[in-house]
Amino acid sequence: MVIQQDKMQSLAARMAEDEVKGRSPWADARKRFLRNRAAMAGLVILILVALFALFGNRFAAWSNEDLDFNVMGQVATMGMPSVENGHYFGTDDLGRDLFARTVQGTQISLMVGIVGAAIAVIAGTLYGATAGYVGGRTDQLMMRAVDILMAIPYMFVLILLLVMFGRSIAMLFLGIGLISWLDMSRIVRGQTLSLKNREFIEAARATGVPAWRIILRHIVPNLLGVVAVYATLLVPLMILTESFISFLGLGVQEPLTSWGALISEGARTMSYGTLWQLAFPLFFFCITLFGFFFVGDGLRDALDPKDR
Amino acid sequence: MALLEINDLSVRFQTNDGEVRAVNDVNLTVDPGETLGVVGESGSGKSQLSFALMGLLARNGRASGSVRFDGQEILNAPPKLMNRIRAEKIAMIFQDPMTSLNPYMRVADQMAEVLTLHKGMTKREAVAEAVRMLDAVKIPDAQGRVRLYPHEFSGGMRQRVMIAMALLCKPRLLIADEPTTALDVTVQAQIMQLLADLQREFGMAMILITHDMGVVAGSCERVVVMYGGRIRERAPVGPLFSAPAHPYTQGLLAAIPRVDHQGDELAAIPGSPPNMTRPPAGCAFEPRCPYRRAECATREPALDGFDEGRARACFAPLQDVLAHRETVHLAEDEAAIASPDEQDEAIPAAAIAGAGVAGTPSTVDKP
Amino acid sequence: MTTKPLLDVRDLRVTFQIRREGDLPWTPPRQLHAVGGVDFTLNPGETLGVVGESGCGKSTLARALIGLVPATGQAEWIDGRDLLALTPRQMMKYRADIQMVFQDPLASLNPRMTVGQIIAEPLTTHHPGLGRAEVKDRVKAMMQKVGLLPNQINRYPHEFSGGQCQRIGIARALIVEPKLIICDEPVSALDVSIQAQVINLLIRLQRELGLALVFIAHDLSVVKHISDRVMVLYLGKVMEIASSDDLYAAPQHPYTQALLSAVPVPDPDFDVAESVVPLAGDLPSPLAPPSGCVFRTRCPRAQPACAEQVPALMGEDHLTACHFPGPLTEEEITRARQTEAA
Repeated sequence: MVIQQDKMQSLAARMAEDEVKGRSPWADARKRFLRNRAAMAGLVILILVALFALFGNRFAAWSNEDLDFNVMGQVATMGMPSVENGHYFGTDDLGRDLFARTVQGTQISLMVGIVGAAIAVIAGTLYGATAGYVGGRTDQLMMRAVDILMAIPYMFVLILLLVMFGRSIAMLFLGIGLISWLDMSRIVRGQTLSLKNREFIEAARATGVPAWRIILRHIVPNLLGVVAVYATLLVPLMILTESFISFLGLGVQEPLTSWGALISEGARTMSYGTLWQLAFPLFFFCITLFGFFFVGDGLRDALDPKDR
Repeated sequence: MALLEINDLSVRFQTNDGEVRAVNDVNLTVDPGETLGVVGESGSGKSQLSFALMGLLARNGRASGSVRFDGQEILNAPPKLMNRIRAEKIAMIFQDPMTSLNPYMRVADQMAEVLTLHKGMTKREAVAEAVRMLDAVKIPDAQGRVRLYPHEFSGGMRQRVMIAMALLCKPRLLIADEPTTALDVTVQAQIMQLLADLQREFGMAMILITHDMGVVAGSCERVVVMYGGRIRERAPVGPLFSAPAHPYTQGLLAAIPRVDHQGDELAAIPGSPPNMTRPPAGCAFEPRCPYRRAECATREPALDGFDEGRARACFAPLQDVLAHRETVHLAEDEAAIASPDEQDEAIPAAAIAGAGVAGTPSTVDKP
Repeated sequence: MTTKPLLDVRDLRVTFQIRREGDLPWTPPRQLHAVGGVDFTLNPGETLGVVGESGCGKSTLARALIGLVPATGQAEWIDGRDLLALTPRQMMKYRADIQMVFQDPLASLNPRMTVGQIIAEPLTTHHPGLGRAEVKDRVKAMMQKVGLLPNQINRYPHEFSGGQCQRIGIARALIVEPKLIICDEPVSALDVSIQAQVINLLIRLQRELGLALVFIAHDLSVVKHISDRVMVLYLGKVMEIASSDDLYAAPQHPYTQALLSAVPVPDPDFDVAESVVPLAGDLPSPLAPPSGCVFRTRCPRAQPACAEQVPALMGEDHLTACHFPGPLTEEEITRARQTEAA
């Protein structure tokens, strides 16, 4: 009897308790992510790179547009990285401060990557989820359209666009945005198809929840894991694409610059003995890519623990 | 001498949510030719017990204790030895036949592979033997069907193919892990009948792992009942059903709806199974037990023998349990109301996923 | 029959178009009759058990009744409307009256939503005007009713055990005060001790709220326990419908008898081998069902006539679709065993 009374009291106490806060799947994933060392290292790198892009200019002794006439013409000997003359990363062969140039390049490259991935996430997710959920003929039509767009050699089209309409950063965003969502929509559609037959979707349909609400409330939240992972892997892909275009000399236009443009320039002037021109942009480029890949891997492990 | 002797076997899993104590201090023997039933609900550790003795635990699992097969220690034995034992001495069949059949290989090739590898037969002899074995499990037109792929068989037939494959090397012990759970009742009856016939024919011992008391009653000689990773009761099948000595066994038997009885309300066991990452300090069944007393909450009862071949792990006096003298009356919904914090979380998904990995055939048949 | 049935189903058929891989777009698809003409009535407050083996169409029947798969035939609701002839917009009104409880307790709950959101969804769908506080109060009251702690309202499904998840599923079905709940194998994924809790809960709620239940299961003992009447399906056709007591005590159709004999009995003194009536062969493909009586290929009593004519469902209260109904004789059982052994 004693036990029972205890039990009853504790039961009563629990009944009176305030609402217990749930442990959402997102919170669980966050916990797993925070425990993943590689992913955390990647995240720290990315944060540092982002801080560099945002606040780097405050520390620059030179503006990215000014030419340092002292070093002009003797960049190989005078323009090397030094704290004394304020060129922390050295100068390029025109005497422009490479530190400021790298900050600018980082800004542009990150922006291209993030905007490209954002277009992919929004357009791809909605397009793919709709095609997958509606199914049937609509699905067929929508996905064949994607197939056709994919069949076009996009690099060729992108180059053509840049050549025809002039090299501008807006055109670059447009070109990259146009292609980036295709893969995403396919992935999302596949996921939606498998989600669609899950019982909780059936349960929602059985109660008469309208289709758009099923997509927004039931399908999209359950897709976000995959989308987040793919998006983190898509950002470096966009950066790579932009760099490639810029490396070819078709990307952003002077006085703007990006990692690709800087690396291309560094590679061209390597033989003059100004190795820093290549090393600094390349270093930022590489650690950022590593950072994104580690974070992407970490996210995948955190969001889908069964896949390990 | 016993064919299989398990002493103090424990299995632990390291997961993100902490250590899961799936099996705790299990002692068991299996004699040659006998059928032992292992009954328990999901999370009782019954499957992990069999995975541990087959050396098939998931990577995050560790087994300790001792398992002797025919006098030879096999727990945590080197993979080479385990592979030989798994192929020739102990066979295992699973709930889902597709886990142990390669979907991209013809049945004939899969069965022949085992024989050519372990018995040194030629391909031709091996296929002939495979056909003989498919005949033995009563697959009509075995000669013709041996050329088919696994997906071309129906569910029941697939289970027969898996049984045939398990028996190819004439094992001395067959571990059947929920062999009929995925099957319809009419097919289930056929498969259980078949297993009994084959067992007699080959003289092998069998450990039948199941959650279904009906299946146990129809085919086992001895039964152990597991709950919370421990053996709660061990008894020959007759007394277990006529006079269950552990409160859990009693509750389980009362909760089964039966076709041969007129009944009104089912006597459900209140509450949910324990969370094995945070096992209760005392007896794991205490929160759901109508016979509980003060000591149950703090101490773990030992498995003590009390009659010919019978043992139970419970502090409540045997007479009280047999006479249904309950100490507390549990409302059915009470424990269902209990908060998930305390007891109701299921075993973390990672541990279960790991168990699934352990059962995949790639680790079973590769030499 | 004095009371008007809640649901009167006549000749309900569900046909799937099956396209094989590699078929050209203009090849006519093959017809799979998942449900091939089912008739039954369901009275208010009554429980109809539906049993059958996998592939008999019992889940498809459930989904057809609730409008998840298109079906032909007639399903007359108590107010005289034919549910199968309604447009989606008209059907909306009835969706609150017919709710469903699913098989897999965890899979039927959206893992990204809290328990409160899950249970509230039907309510907010059908009564969009309700205020937040009102919805929350109703959800909490319903949680209490199905044996869940109301303060768990903000938890997520994965934090609950299987039995509790099924309680959440039941709460979601009950929140809009339906007249009929279709339970599709609601306990087959649960452990025996939990299964009994859920069955008792369903029985209790049904009595309290005067619900009608369609209880689908493959486990005959569970169905016997909960049902007033039981319907046996085989290959999309009704074999037998009778009151639960009648069906289990005196099954008339050979299939029902075979099915019942195969249920394992938790009693070691019960001789299984003595009682089982084996069924010859495998379930025929639903793409090419046998002519006449669909069960004839496996029936120990099959006669040439069975291949020619489809047996009608006949009888007063105990309906059987068989040309030669009645208990199997010793001789027939022995013959069935011999064909099985051969």
